[in-house]
This record gives sequence, structure tokens and C-alpha cells, in this order.
Amino acid sequence: MLLIPCPYCEEPRPEIEFRYGGEAHIARSADPTGLSDAALADYLYFRSNPKGWHYERWQHQSGCGRFFNAVRHTVTDRIIGTYKAGEPKPDLALYRVRAGS
Amino acid sequence: MSRPTQRFRTAAGGRIARARTISFQFDGRRYTGHPGDTLASALLANGVHFVGRSFKYHRPRGIMTAGSEEPNALVTILQGRDRQTPNVRATDIELCEGLAAISQNRWPSLAFDAGALSGVLAPLFPAGFYYKTFMGPRFIGSNWLWPKLFEPLIRRAAGLGRAPASRDPDHYVNRYAHCDVLVVGAGPAGLAAALVAAEAGATVIVSDERTEFGGNLLSAFDAGHDGDLSAGVNAHRWREQSLAALAANARVTLLPHTTVFGAYLQNFYGLAERLASHHGSPPPGLPRERLWQVRAQEVVLATGAIERPLVFSGNDRPGVMLAGAVRSYLNRYGVMAGSRAVVVTDCDTSYAAACDLKRSGVDVPLIADLRSDVGGAAIDAAKQAGITVEAGVNVLGTTGRHRITSVLMELGPAGARERRAVPCDLVLMSGGWTPSVHLYSQARGKPSWSEGAQAFLPSDPVPHVHSAGGCAGTTDLEQALRSGAEAGAAAARALGLTVSAEIMTVADPDPVLGSRAGAPVMAPPSADAFIDFQNDVTTRDIQLATQEGFRSIEHIKRYTTTGMATDQGKTSNHNTIALAAGMLGRDVAVVGHTSYRAPFTPVTFGTLATTARGSLFEPLRRTPIDAWARAERATFEDVGQWQRARTFPLRSENQQQSIQRECLTVRCAAGVFDASTLGKIEVVGPDAATFLDRMYLSPLAKLAVGRCRYALQLNEAGFVIDDGIVARLAPDRFHVTTTTGGAQRVLTLMEDYLQTEFTDLTCWLTSITEHWGVIAVQGPRARDILEPLIAGLDISAATFPHMSVGTGEIAGVPMRLFRVSFTGELGFEINVPSNYARDIWELVEQSAERHGGTVYGTDAMHLLRAEKGYILVGHDTDGTVTPEDLGFGTGAKKVDFVGKRALARPDMLKSDRLHLVGLLAEDPQHVLEEGAQLTQAASPANGARADGHVTSAYMSPALGRSIALGLVAGGRARHGERLFVPMPSGPIAVRISTPLFLDAKGARLHG
Ligand SMILES: [Zn+2]
Repeated sequence: MLLIPCPYCEEPRPEIEFRYGGEAHIARSADPTGLSDAALADYLYFRSNPKGWHYERWQHQSGCGRFFNAVRHTVTDRIIGTYKAGEPKPDLALYRVRAGS
Repeated sequence: MSRPTQRFRTAAGGRIARARTISFQFDGRRYTGHPGDTLASALLANGVHFVGRSFKYHRPRGIMTAGSEEPNALVTILQGRDRQTPNVRATDIELCEGLAAISQNRWPSLAFDAGALSGVLAPLFPAGFYYKTFMGPRFIGSNWLWPKLFEPLIRRAAGLGRAPASRDPDHYVNRYAHCDVLVVGAGPAGLAAALVAAEAGATVIVSDERTEFGGNLLSAFDAGHDGDLSAGVNAHRWREQSLAALAANARVTLLPHTTVFGAYLQNFYGLAERLASHHGSPPPGLPRERLWQVRAQEVVLATGAIERPLVFSGNDRPGVMLAGAVRSYLNRYGVMAGSRAVVVTDCDTSYAAACDLKRSGVDVPLIADLRSDVGGAAIDAAKQAGITVEAGVNVLGTTGRHRITSVLMELGPAGARERRAVPCDLVLMSGGWTPSVHLYSQARGKPSWSEGAQAFLPSDPVPHVHSAGGCAGTTDLEQALRSGAEAGAAAARALGLTVSAEIMTVADPDPVLGSRAGAPVMAPPSADAFIDFQNDVTTRDIQLATQEGFRSIEHIKRYTTTGMATDQGKTSNHNTIALAAGMLGRDVAVVGHTSYRAPFTPVTFGTLATTARGSLFEPLRRTPIDAWARAERATFEDVGQWQRARTFPLRSENQQQSIQRECLTVRCAAGVFDASTLGKIEVVGPDAATFLDRMYLSPLAKLAVGRCRYALQLNEAGFVIDDGIVARLAPDRFHVTTTTGGAQRVLTLMEDYLQTEFTDLTCWLTSITEHWGVIAVQGPRARDILEPLIAGLDISAATFPHMSVGTGEIAGVPMRLFRVSFTGELGFEINVPSNYARDIWELVEQSAERHGGTVYGTDAMHLLRAEKGYILVGHDTDGTVTPEDLGFGTGAKKVDFVGKRALARPDMLKSDRLHLVGLLAEDPQHVLEEGAQLTQAASPANGARADGHVTSAYMSPALGRSIALGLVAGGRARHGERLFVPMPSGPIAVRISTPLFLDAKGARLHG
């Protein structure tokens, strides 16, 4: 079971309090009607699915209820950081220096 | 029957309490042992080796090991009538007064076993047998003989103990714990690590699967003999001092008889602590086991090493044991495992076992070493003790039926080789040692091959995990102690603590764990040279797998099932890898290691479930009306976690009659229905209307205060995912309902959009599902029933038309009243605070009864809505259905909403999409089966495409005939067309119709 630091509650909490929300930074278009079919398909169905660091959404469902983003390694499941929804993608290099890896 | 008991017990020594005698039973026969014995050691003390039959071939099997790696000696423990625990390792069972065990996988008895015949048929059970057979050639699959005769026979023959038939009478408990350092294994390395970490100030948990801490210290040294460490400290005295120091330290928790069975992410560990199984008669109320879930900052794995069997023909005969196990039985339990012992080995450590045996008076005629060149201190010591040592030996086979009687070997110098049969009743075998890297591997460490040590060792570092002692590759006591102390110090330092303990320095002798000669396997491959004893995998099976083209070790493992038994290949993995490497002509390092998974040893389901059983398994949600409905003998159905009243049968009625009466009464007079489980969300704020307008297909921005609207919710892909009623109570306040099952999902989805996409909007979402009890009153008399009870709200047809919402009081209780209908009748839904719902329900029900009404359940509700063609999301839809498919227009709403863009995809506009239609069987008495396929041909050819399927089907009392809803390709343009439902009993002809069977003009609704 993962320990996930909720950026709103500002403390690590057990995974059972959270709900996974898929890849982060897939923004909904401000004008979806203007999307081409290909762009729509890309938005709806295509994800990066990396082997490595993954920016992903979580909700602290059984805690504060807030949505936030985490940077998790899909092989080791290591989470090197979490940040609030709407904040820009953090610099991975910076995180890794801080985490010492 | 009288015979000398415990005749293989030594005169003195061991850690058993000789002053007390315990009696126990095995296969109905009485034996005695002592406290401190395991079932295995007590059986061996009585000369019993043969304790079970093997999994596939039913070969006689004996006790091979002295620990949790035991593959053979699995027994069933009986305690009273209700307690029956199958597949327990006799080597792990602590002997207690009255213990009763029986052997497994034999019929009718252990000595005479009918299934042993399959040993004769062994050539028919090769690797891949199950895959080849159970996948089945097609012609066999259709033969009744196969499923009815052969498969059950094979399944019965191949197996272990029987699962208990009765309910588990025990209870289990659960505990979470956090610690600085978790030390797994309390052998010398683990104890040293715990001492250093605790002294530095860390909180420490030390666990060991055995009752007595000490690990190999207890087995390798007899208390009365050697055991002096190089520093002049006696090993046993060191153990006692260490345990005393740990016990006196308040920061240290000692967990004996506790198995760390799983390593999970971020140093989260699962531990099973046995509380009751080692009590002969456990005190009442004592839980059987406790599940510990431990989050540790640092972990020291000191899990030791497991000895490798040698692989030769007949290596599974009772009496063939691992050398270290024989030594453990002698030194720890005071048991001589035989009277005449031959050692076959290719490593040095078994020489010490031979010397210990010889000193205890066991005849040791020969140490047969497979290596051609042997020498060194251990060998010299054996020779000095008077034991003959032969090098360059090849083991050819063994003899004996239920116990070994001789070993056949080839020995002597090249050119003068001779064959010899050496009589014996015990064989000590050793192919070296395999570091127990199970937990390291579970923690996602990758063991790598060390050519020097001839073993897979933990190599790539796992953060916060430290391997020490035998599992890290040490081979002697000094090494283990130093390695443990260093791991404890490393863990303490990682926590920021200062380590003051002095760590002894010893020379590093470059440990060797296995023979440099390669795999400890005798050529040629043989059908009775066992690699995996528990799954009956032989060298010939591995050969077959490589011949059939398997290259990956993971595939060879699965194809032959080696390492896949309950022992997870603790004694077989190394030999499998080494043998396969030889056959494939590759390096062991290239072939690589398979991964280990939890649990390390089997964990009983009760321990994993702990208290989550019976009524505590899942919360049961009851509506405020629940107790009333139960008192009325309603039948119930599970809907998610809810239980909902399904029917309210009168005394003389069956289920179907009850449904028909309830429906007719609603249509003729009125019905009262408990709709409290409906999901309810209150949406409040200046942008509440805009927010809901973006979340639903239906236009809601301009919904007037006091009005409701039916609303479909789509996902971004344009498919219907929920529906409900949106009611505007005030300009900035909405009461939204969802389906019963969708309540949480819809709230989460709306929160998601509100927090992450529509951040320009200000409103708040609150679940009010359980705040309001909901009583639906439906039918032509609904207004007459309610009017006398209501104050502060005019519900006349003129002022409170269909789709109105208002607030007022009912019997003095504040109420939100909706004029909505899920039956097609004049209808109201009363929302009252849940605490009042039962009282209001009774008042409404009494009033309904005065007007000829009834209460009705979910079955009638489903039928009534189907007569009107109202959908049930998730029943008539399946996640691929669009609003257009259901007949809802989507073009009117110009502004953006979730799913709008996807509705314009080319696929969404095709004319042959599945449309919601009505289906009328040509035989009006025939009720279709929900889920049945619809085809154009009465008897479609195999593989023909279906035109659609039935989603809902009922016998309608109002229409006096059966009705159904379904999804049919292009169905809206096909009304009147004939289709068939092909069923096993013959095709059923149906006509496509409009999905609206009653009151097409809606006169009843607006009454
Ligand atoms: Zn939180």
C-alpha cells in the first residue's frame, strides 16, 4: 500500500483513502466543438502510458476530497512529489535532485 | 501395540523439555514427544519418516527439511470436529498435548494407496500434461466421458489436503504498526542487527517464524558441545544475553511465531502472528492469528539460506533428507534421524553434520562427495572422526519402498570405477545453500548471479532495505554476526541516529554457497530424479520443456509447474535454473531468476480477512423504512450496498402474484414506494445553474425556480452514464437526484469537473443522499392521499403541475415535494429528513390504504416504468448507448456540455446504431429472457451476427401480455418488423414496436 502525501492535507496518508484518476495534464479544450475528430480521439482515448515517471491525477476521496497530481514511477511505484490541481507540471530534474535519485 | 517410544531420541542434549512428555496422534496412532518438539521432530524421534504421498504420482514421501521450506511433509491437523487445517508443514507445527494429524493424498491408507498406481503411469503425466489435457482436443471436450469421468478423476488424484467443509469457528484480529526498523528473522544476523539498531535508539520490531529466537544458532550447535565464537564467547550464551537485552528495551517488540509473508510498496509488510495454534487447548476467546500491517522506515532482512537438495534418481525416498536438517534435528531436538547414515554432498557444510552424527553414535559409513577434488579443515575433521570420504562419486539411485535401504553409486579413480550399493536408513544430501531472497525479490530487488559464490545474491539496492546474514550470502557465524551488525548500523544511520556499538571485524573468507561444478544434478535426466518435490517435477520434465522450445525460465517454470506449489520452490528454484541453463547451453546468470511473490508461506484466508467477515464484510445500507418493510414480510434485493424492498406479498401470494397485484393497484388507485436510496446532491452557489448546464445534456441554465427537469448525464465520449431529476429550489440552489448505484460516481465526476476543469465557476456540491428519506406516491389517487397531510403547499393540478417542486410541511415535518413520475401515473416524491421518514411513511401508507392503495417494491417499480418505456441506466444502457440511441434529441442545446463534441463523431451519427425499441412476442404469454439475442433468421447459422438484444422483459398486468425493451440496429426505422429470439427450446418470434406501451398521450401523467 502506497503512502501518498496529499498536497492539501500536507501529510502522507494511506492509499486506501485515495482514488486514482488517470494521466494528468490532459486539458479539456475550452472550445471542444472546434476539435477535429483526430484531436477529439486523442483527448478521449490516447495516453502516454510511459515506463517511468508518470504525471497522474489522484483524489483524496476519503480525506479532504480534493483532486491533485502526483509524479509516480510506473515500475517502482515511487512517488517523488505531489502538487495541487491546476499547478504547472513540475520540473522532474528538480524533484529527482531533491529526492536524491 | 507396544513398542519402544522415541527410540531415536538422544540420551541428552537438544532444546526440548525432556521432563515432560506429550502424547499425540498421527494417522490414528499414538506417539509421544516433548515440549519444544515439532510434529516432524517428534515423528522422527519415533522412527517415522514416511508421512505423505506426492502430489501427482502418489510416491511415498518423508520429512526432508527442518523448516518452512518443507515440500513433502504436509499434513492435516484436526482439532475437535470443526477445526481441520490442511496442508500444514509438519516441520512448522509445534507439538502440543493432544495434537492429532493425518497424512494426505492417499486412499485408502498411507501404506497402501490406490493412487500410487499412477506412479506406474508416470510417463503419461509429463510436463505440460495439464495444459495439453485440460485445454483438450476439441473432440474430447464434447465427449461426455471427459467432463464427467476423466477430469474429476484427475482432479481427485492430483491434489493436497481437503479444505474444511464447515465454517471457520475461529476469529482473527488485525493490528497496524509503525517502527523505525523491522528485522525479519531472529537468527544471529537478525539479532545482531536488532541489538545495534535498538542501542542506537531506534524503535525495532523483530519477528521470526519460529517460537524460539536464535535461528541457526539453535541448530548448528549443541548446547553441550562447541559453539565458541572467535572472540571466546559461547554462541548460546551470546544468544541468551542478546535476547535479554532486547527484551529489556522498551523500544523493542519481539514477535515470535510470526511470519513476514509479504513485502509491499514503501516498506509496508504483512505479518501473520500465530496466537492459538501452538496451544493444545487454546483459552476460549483467543484469536487464532493476528495480521500485522507494519510500515517500517528501514528493514533488515535476515531470512537465512535454504539448503539445496541433490538431484539424483530416487532422491525423494523417505529417509533422504537435507544434511542441515539432520543436523538441526540432532542438535536442536535431540533426534537421530536414522541409525546408519550416508552423506552425499558437493559442499563442505555437510561434513559438520556428519561429524555431529558420528559423535552422537550414529553409524556414518561414508561421505560421498561429488567433487573430484576435496580438502580443507571440514574434510580433515571428518576424516579424523573416522568417517570414510570418497571424492568424485556419482550417485546412480536408491532402493527402498517406504524408507530408503541403500544408495547406489559409482566411485573410484578413473579407469577403476566401481559400482557399490551402500546400505543405510538415512541419506544426508546437500547441494550447497540458496540465500533466501524471497522478501528482497518481493520488495522489487533483482537478485543477480555471483559466479564466486555460485548463488543468486541480493545485488541492486532496494531503498531502505538491508539484507544481512545467510540471505546476503554469508556462510559462517562470524560473517553472519558482522553482516547483521552492519545492517543494523546502516539502518540506524539512515534514520539519522548515532551508532555507538562496536562491530566486530572478521576476515572475509570469500564465501562459496554452491559447488563450482555446476548444477547438483546427476546425468542423465530421469523420471524419478526430482527437482520440485511438492509438484512432482523431474529432470526429465525440464528436459522435455527445453526440447519443446521453451527458453525463458519463466516459461519453463509455468510449463513444468516447477516452483509453483505452495512451497514456491524454496528447495527447487536454484536447481531448476541451473539445470535449465545446462540444457540450454547458457550461463546461469543469463537464464536469470524468477520473481517471488507473496505469501512467503501460505496464509490462511481468515488472517487476511481478519474481522471483515459475515455482517462486517461490507457495510449494509438500510433505508429509514427498512424495519417497517421487514415487519411487513417484504422480500429484499441487494442494490450495491443497499437492501431494497422488492415485493410486499400478501400471505397467499407468491412473488409473481405480488408484483402483478402491486402494479395493478398503482394503475387503478395508488402505490407508495420507498425511493430513499436515490442518490441526491445539493448544488449551491452563484454559478450552480451554469455548472449543472455543463454537466447534463438537458438545458438547465434557464430552469425556473419551482420546476424540475429530467436530465441525462453523459461522459466526454458522449455515452449515457446516469440520469435523474434536477430541481431548482432557489436561483442559487438545486436538488439533483442520481441513480441509486450512481450516487458516489456522479458526485465524484461533478467534483472532478468543478475542481479541475470548470474552475471559473463558483458552487458547492454536497451529498444529501442519506439526509432525505424519499417516499414516492404514484397513481390516480396520489393527490387525494397526500392533500390532507400537507400544509403550506398547494398541490392542485393547476398550481402544482407535472415537474413542479416545492417546500412545505407534511404532518408538521419540513418537506421538499417533487411532482415527478417514474410510473406514468400522477406522482409525487416526498422528501423528509431521514429521522422522520418512518413516521411519515406510516401516515402516507395509512392514507393510501383508505384510498385503496398499496405499498410496492422495486420489482413493480421496474415493471411500471417499462410499460412507459422509461429506461434504467445500466440495465437498458451499457456504456455504449447515446441519447440519440434512446430517442432523445441532442441538437437543441447550443452551449457546450460534457459529451457534446463526441456526439458529433461520425460513428455517433450512423443509422445502424442500436436503438431502444419495444419488443412484443407473438405469443403474448411468453416473457423473453433479458440478455437474449435478436436475429433475423429463426435458426441463425453459427457465427451469424445478432441484430440486437433484449434489455428488459416483463409480464404486464395492465396490458395483459408480455412486453420487452431492447436495443436493435437501426431499430427506430424498423417498427413492425419481425425478429427472432433463438433459444435452446426453439426460436421465439417477436415484433419491433415503439418503446411505449401505455398511455401514449400522457393523460395519466398530467392528471
Ligand atoms: Zn487531502
